[in-house]
Amino acid sequence: MKRIFVNEDWCLGCHLCEYNCAFANSGLTDMTDLKGKRIYPRIHIEGNDRISFAVSCRHCTDPICVKSCIAGAISKDGEVVKIDKEKCVGCLTCVLVCPYGALAPNENGVMQKCELCLENSCGEPACVSGCPNRAIVYEQRGE
Amino acid sequence: MNSEVNKVKHYVIIGNCVAAVGCIEGIRSKDSEGEITVISAEKRPAYCRPLISYYLEGMTDIEKMSYRPADFYDRMKCRVVYDTATDIDSKHKKIHTENSGEFAYDSLCIATGSSAFVPPFEGLETVKKKFCFMTLDDALALENALTDKTRVFIVGAGLIGLKCAEGIAQRVGKITVCDMADRVLSSILDESCASVMQKQLEENGIDFMLGDSVERFDKNKAFMKNGDEIEFDILVLAVGVRARTALACKAGCRTDRGIIIDKYMKTDIPDIFAAGDCAQGDDMLSGEKRIIAIMPNAYFQGFTAGENMAGAYEAFDKAIAMNSIGFFGLNVMTAGKYDGEKYVQLDNGSVKQLYIKDGYLNGFIIIGGKERAGIYTNFIRERIPLDTVDFETLKRVASNIAFSNETRRKKFGGVV
Repeated sequence: MKRIFVNEDWCLGCHLCEYNCAFANSGLTDMTDLKGKRIYPRIHIEGNDRISFAVSCRHCTDPICVKSCIAGAISKDGEVVKIDKEKCVGCLTCVLVCPYGALAPNENGVMQKCELCLENSCGEPACVSGCPNRAIVYEQRGE
Repeated sequence: MNSEVNKVKHYVIIGNCVAAVGCIEGIRSKDSEGEITVISAEKRPAYCRPLISYYLEGMTDIEKMSYRPADFYDRMKCRVVYDTATDIDSKHKKIHTENSGEFAYDSLCIATGSSAFVPPFEGLETVKKKFCFMTLDDALALENALTDKTRVFIVGAGLIGLKCAEGIAQRVGKITVCDMADRVLSSILDESCASVMQKQLEENGIDFMLGDSVERFDKNKAFMKNGDEIEFDILVLAVGVRARTALACKAGCRTDRGIIIDKYMKTDIPDIFAAGDCAQGDDMLSGEKRIIAIMPNAYFQGFTAGENMAGAYEAFDKAIAMNSIGFFGLNVMTAGKYDGEKYVQLDNGSVKQLYIKDGYLNGFIIIGGKERAGIYTNFIRERIPLDTVDFETLKRVASNIAFSNETRRKKFGGVV
């Protein structure tokens, strides 16, 4: 399956991926409407003054979040790990178990995570297409 | 051709909650043909037990509470028998039920869960409206009895009692919770963290009588050991739970507080496995056999049991206690053992306590933080030596920056 991979040597830490992600999942038609608003992206930049890299769902082969969810809200659809927002009660058990820190609540306390932009208008991961340095790529590796 | 190879296996699962679903999915990950029969005493498809308080709070509904989609049992080619198992004849490998006759098994999983423990309080029989808070039926019965004037008395300030309190807080007149322990959530919180959560609950209208227990009941009144009296309209008993081990005992399985299992989820009787809240398996951190009655554990155990029932040889040996639970918007996450050197970080009303022992993260309590706590949990479960990472950074914020570049490359540049 195609996944998102990051190359921290090329990541500038510009946070554009966070904006592209938030925009792709916002339903807005103009990205400037995000200006001044708090955004809830499904990818986040970690780093310090030397290193930076983007973190998003790894779509693990054996996802512990799916097995741990107390609401039965997280499932694997083929290879993609998805959250049913209607079922999620925001208990944060998935945050307690995800080894990568890849899940966070949205503005309403409902959990969200990268679902590879498969169901929004983007069609391919917005973080990847918008990365100015190809520090985030979407491809198949080692499978 | 060896006829044994083609023999369709008969799997039976007693119980129909999370461990049972894990077991079904575990079996089907290895065997798509075997016959699976689930014997379910509760007359519903598997649902999310911990969500009953969210149901009362209006945050979910019965349909959304189902643990798997409606076509789950069909898709898994699984027959569900709504009946109560009464006996296991492990010699002839048969299960007896109340109304549905006998079921033969090649491989059996006992996933009977736990039931509410009701102490023999003097005068309890004189209390008219009393409830436990374990099942959806319990929640529906409780809901039916509530009005906005109701005074509710909850015995037990643990996870069940307090989630019940939160669930009904907006729908009743008054809630008082008592507990023998001198603090709330005593099974998962230390004194200082418990007082933070108690304050949060009190600010939301919950009253407490801690360090005290009921001596006797008389109709709508409880007489406490320290001399206090309290009047109530509804009593909720949330003192604790007991593993349902009676069937396993009949089968000859070794039991203690729960059904004793090894890391393959096997009991000591051939072809009988156990999983979930009824099972007492290895606690990774203490090395002791312990019931860790949490939902993720039930699934992990159930899944592993299922795989092994279908002929695999998979171990689940990473059971740790862990909980994420919120009250009125304040969340607390806990994991592992609170044993070792304590690192405390207080920040804007949030609390973080890490416990470090012999160079490993042993446990944590995090209140109100926006931390990505799973990174810490992974350190506990995977026994990652802290000297392989930048622990000074890690202890301040749970983040991936603390790992070496090489480890990060594997995590974010490879398939995991």
